[in-house]
Amino acid sequence: MQARTEPHRDDPATGRPGDQRHAAPADRLLAVAAGQDVPAEVHAVVLQEVPVLEIDRFNLWYGAKQALHRITMPIPHNKVTALVGPSGCGKSTLLRSVNRLNDLVQSVRITGDMRLNGDSIYDPRMDVIDLRKRMGMVFQKPNPFPMSIYENVVYSLRIDGENSRPVLDEVCELSLRGAALWDEVKDRLHDSALGLSGGQQQRLCIARAIAAEPEVLLLDEPCSALDPIATGKVEDLIQELRGRYSVLIVTHNMQQASRTSDYTAFMYLGRLIEYGPTTDIFTKPVLRETEAYVTGRFG
Amino acid sequence: MISERFPARPRRLRSAHSSLAAQGEPWVWVTAGSLATAIAMIVGLLGYIAWRGAGTFWPVPLELVTLRAGGETLGEVADRESADDDQPARRLLRVANFELSGKHFEWFDEPAITATSRPEWATAVERLEGGRFHGFPTRLLHGDEIVAQGPAAVWQAFEREHPRVRSRFRRALRLDRGDRGDLQGELRAARLAVVQAGLDAPADKARQAAAREAEQRVAARVAAAAERIDAETTRLRGENAGWAVEFRTAADETVVMPLDQIVRAWQPNRLSLAGKFGVYLSRWGEFLGDDPREANSAGGVFPAIWGTVAMTLIMALLVAPFGVLAALYLKEYAGRGPITTAVRVAINNLAGVPSIVYGAFGLGFFCYGVGAGIDELFFKASLVADSQPTFGTGGLLWAALTLALLTLPVVIVATEEALAAVPNSMREGSYACGAGKWQTIRRIVLPRALPGIMTGLILAMARGAGEVAPLMLVGVKKLALDLPIDGSFPFVHPEREFMHLAYLIYDVGFQSPNAQAAQPMVFTITFLLVTIIALLNVTAIWIRSRLRKRFVAQQF
Repeated sequence: MQARTEPHRDDPATGRPGDQRHAAPADRLLAVAAGQDVPAEVHAVVLQEVPVLEIDRFNLWYGAKQALHRITMPIPHNKVTALVGPSGCGKSTLLRSVNRLNDLVQSVRITGDMRLNGDSIYDPRMDVIDLRKRMGMVFQKPNPFPMSIYENVVYSLRIDGENSRPVLDEVCELSLRGAALWDEVKDRLHDSALGLSGGQQQRLCIARAIAAEPEVLLLDEPCSALDPIATGKVEDLIQELRGRYSVLIVTHNMQQASRTSDYTAFMYLGRLIEYGPTTDIFTKPVLRETEAYVTGRFG
Repeated sequence: MISERFPARPRRLRSAHSSLAAQGEPWVWVTAGSLATAIAMIVGLLGYIAWRGAGTFWPVPLELVTLRAGGETLGEVADRESADDDQPARRLLRVANFELSGKHFEWFDEPAITATSRPEWATAVERLEGGRFHGFPTRLLHGDEIVAQGPAAVWQAFEREHPRVRSRFRRALRLDRGDRGDLQGELRAARLAVVQAGLDAPADKARQAAAREAEQRVAARVAAAAERIDAETTRLRGENAGWAVEFRTAADETVVMPLDQIVRAWQPNRLSLAGKFGVYLSRWGEFLGDDPREANSAGGVFPAIWGTVAMTLIMALLVAPFGVLAALYLKEYAGRGPITTAVRVAINNLAGVPSIVYGAFGLGFFCYGVGAGIDELFFKASLVADSQPTFGTGGLLWAALTLALLTLPVVIVATEEALAAVPNSMREGSYACGAGKWQTIRRIVLPRALPGIMTGLILAMARGAGEVAPLMLVGVKKLALDLPIDGSFPFVHPEREFMHLAYLIYDVGFQSPNAQAAQPMVFTITFLLVTIIALLNVTAIWIRSRLRKRFVAQQF
């Protein structure tokens, strides 16, 4: 955490918050709304993890409007990290900044940096295509490509020029097994992916994302377009991915965050408010604002 | 709290009934009425064309009309008018026998007619030249010999001999047109090779001599082959020469008609339904498969069908890549800004430019510009020796290119819309997998947009196949029997002029010497053109629905 300069109020020695519960929930959030710089509460436990991704003083503007304010947070290796917060707080923007999908939006301007396993993501010399191959991403709505199930899974290998049948076959099976979809589709690998149900399509997208052995897996509200049963399956899958992949997941669903993640970050209006182990965030958060949000009293 | 957010306000008086506009009923009637009117007009137009077009070849009874003033006339009833204040009722007869009477059609007042009958042996004859003939067969002749006499016997003999005579006639024609034409082509190529050798290397005497020698060899071979063809055609025509049918007309004149001049003859009054159907189908067969006769007003339209289909398909092949690539750049690569907007507006305006302007542009740019350049470079010999341009005049390629230009806006606009309809989530998904821009376009965007692109192509084909004005300038001719794609090397002749159904409609309808007789042909040709366009469209729509099933269907 050599780059960390953000002041935080935790006592790093104990990992316990200091005696800071003085502000009423609304105060800090009102201050944020008024545009004041409010320092984030980052629990010390987070800082002790090995980070796969370091977000470092990251600011982002859409035109003149600033959407992210000095976000500084490490994403632990092989852990599931959830981003929660009310709509418009910048969770998805932050996620899309990690694999530089925001480059496609013309009016976006950024300062600060992110590092993936030490490599600067926003370094001008960084090859964006190469960078994206090191990550996998799953979107809100399932977006299978208009091709067969098989070709969907091996898409990232195909565009990399891999045409060896045995390699593709193996990756396809492993990825589909990894996404808990193999048994359902193994007999129709060459049928159109568009014929799958919504939940299957989303698991297919996860299989596609893990096919390239990503260093970090980005999930952008992966269950928001799914029914409860499909959601359950995807959540089970995220549980299984835990420990094998570094996952960064955006979610609106508090239960989902508490069930599936190791760490949770609470964001509000483009600022990181509190970031710590999920159990702490949901049971004994440092800030009343966080408590108010995770218990559903506002947001 | 509540009262603060929703302060009391005076209640507005509501009318006792919801208004007519709110219920919306009148608008159902207005909208449905508009649609019904549109459908009625389209169905009416197509139905009328189909009915008139399909009826052209049905054998109509021949009526023998006896006139009060004396004399008889034999003809098909083409029209009837009931009496009004100015004139009595009258009927229009297709009287035929133009060379005798100077008329194809004639009006007869009903009061001037004393009797009408349908004589059994009244015969309608389609001739190679001179239009229709109506009369009664009396004798069948072979040289000086009388083979048969009396209508029944003559007809029996006619049905036996006519197919043989016609098949000999066709063979001779094929030899003359096809084989002799090929020989002449060979001879011309050899002659042009000599000229070309002189142009290429004026100093290279050896090469010129070799070319001249080759020409002489070809000339000798061609002369020998031509002699054989001459002998064969003379024999075939000699065998046909003596055969003739003698007819008596209603006006009691005697006409002797060579058998090989008769395309088809039938007696509508004694034909059974099956017989009429046979004549009907045989006339359709000739129409679809044969070359035109008599200034296009009779015979077939096969070269025009071929030309229309070939040009439309080549146009589609040309416009598809151009339009799709242009739209791809506009939609996927070009940034948003005043220039892009201006280009887009310009493309939309281009769709409104009168098509004749494209024709003039095609003639000036493609024919006289590009074509003349090609001639200068590659076909100079023809230009020098025969002062005959090859590509420097209208032709299939230039016509297809001109129409491709004309339909380009349609394809660009439709493709852009299809690309815009590809969900951005798919593009992002592809980028997130580490695909580049072109990889994303080729593997994700294009397949997904293909059905929409096909829609644009279908519209373009429908528009292009029906255009006439520009084609008149860039290669469509009244008569062009050499097909642009045929069996003689190199099989595709993009420089050849061609015939086109839409132009044929204009030509037969308005440029024909026998306008009244040609009128039913106009309907038939229109019917055929509409059918061909419909077939092309149905094929494209079928392909599109298959693509859509494969790439777009999404179920949740």
